[in-house]
Amino acid sequence: MSFDTAFMLSTLPAFFKAVGVTLQVGAIAIVTSLLVALLNATILVLRTPYLWRLVKGYVELARNTPLLIQLFFVYFALPSLGVKVSGFAAAIITLTFMGGAYLTEVLRAGVEAVPRAQLESGRSIGLSEGQLLRHVILPQAGILSLPALFANFVFLLKETTVVSAVAVPEILYTTKNYIALYYKTYEMLAVLTLLCVLIFLPLSLLLRYLERRLQHGQFGH
Amino acid sequence: MASSGIELLLVSLPQLATGAGQTLAISALGILFATLGGVLYGVLATLGSRWLNILLQVYLELFRAIPVLVWLYLVFFGLPIFFGLSIPSFWCAVLVLGLWGASEVGEVVRGALQSLPRGQREAGLSIGLGGWQLYAYVLLPQALKRMTPPTINIYTRIIKTSSLAVLIGVVEVIKAGQQIIERTYESVLIYGALFLFFFLVCYPLSAASRVLERRWAHA
Repeated sequence: MSFDTAFMLSTLPAFFKAVGVTLQVGAIAIVTSLLVALLNATILVLRTPYLWRLVKGYVELARNTPLLIQLFFVYFALPSLGVKVSGFAAAIITLTFMGGAYLTEVLRAGVEAVPRAQLESGRSIGLSEGQLLRHVILPQAGILSLPALFANFVFLLKETTVVSAVAVPEILYTTKNYIALYYKTYEMLAVLTLLCVLIFLPLSLLLRYLERRLQHGQFGH
Repeated sequence: MASSGIELLLVSLPQLATGAGQTLAISALGILFATLGGVLYGVLATLGSRWLNILLQVYLELFRAIPVLVWLYLVFFGLPIFFGLSIPSFWCAVLVLGLWGASEVGEVVRGALQSLPRGQREAGLSIGLGGWQLYAYVLLPQALKRMTPPTINIYTRIIKTSSLAVLIGVVEVIKAGQQIIERTYESVLIYGALFLFFFLVCYPLSAASRVLERRWAHA
């Protein structure tokens, strides 16, 4: 078994691009998921009639089915209903569908975690509902949900590897492609592992740090 | 259309059921190994050995940093060339789900054990229990209520993640569905059925986890 370093180096530009695609898909999905979640969480917190049941149903469906089936449904089944999407669009739609549901839960839990006494004190000093939301609930809910939000961002970024299944040229797809073309399995797996460690490990460690910091912040209020 | 759709589903049911059996088998084995490995991880992580903790930390971070699908490919392509081992893709999936699940369950078990009052460990030791007895009779039973709800959640994640096995060639429920679609072109119906299958398996578990968490919140 020999290690073809020259070949490995020759693939670096392609992998550089692939990292770009991974980050791009991840970043777009994070933003769109967050938008979906903000809307949904507002509906849940305000208990908007009928709509909140719909949101609940969506959250349960998205959280209890695999990303891969959601992805295949969008990419392979929607065309027969007349909706054709590219692999890239399917990736964004699916990651948003799943990520939106997870983030909705995070935001809802964040709002519910604000102690009731905070609401009552706010009301008792004469704040309007809007002021209560803006000055009391959201700032605290935001801080409380920060680690969970960040954890889900990292999760979404890692899940982008699944969209390699619909030929989005991110890091895993690029690896598989090179293995299929040149049989340089050994070298390509090494590059893939290295990239994962370089991209995801720092985020994972940062997440752990954030979680610890918040625990300290909460202690004794 | 509606009647032909239902007919198709009935005709395809045996093939889908066989695939579903494979999916459930991978998931069940993955869950089994994740649970056994997770309890072992949790116990080892609370023994207070510095070197052991560093080792476990490296294991944990590797499984947190590298996505499960990447692990699947690493094992599927890597085992044959690095170790000359050629294991069927079914067992690759079980191995990866088990190892990944063990790191997740392990963290839950560790957290639950560490949340117990120190006095429990000291009391156990003072009445002369050995290390093994201390965990089996005092610490783990008390940690059970705290670790069950999050562990059930990890089980649903293992079941959902088992779907990735199709990408390394396991003929599980998605592959069975794709084979039916190749024959019939009924992609919406079949993917709908796949959605339903996973939802029916995972939703009751998620709901149970939520109920138990609320019930045992003050345990």
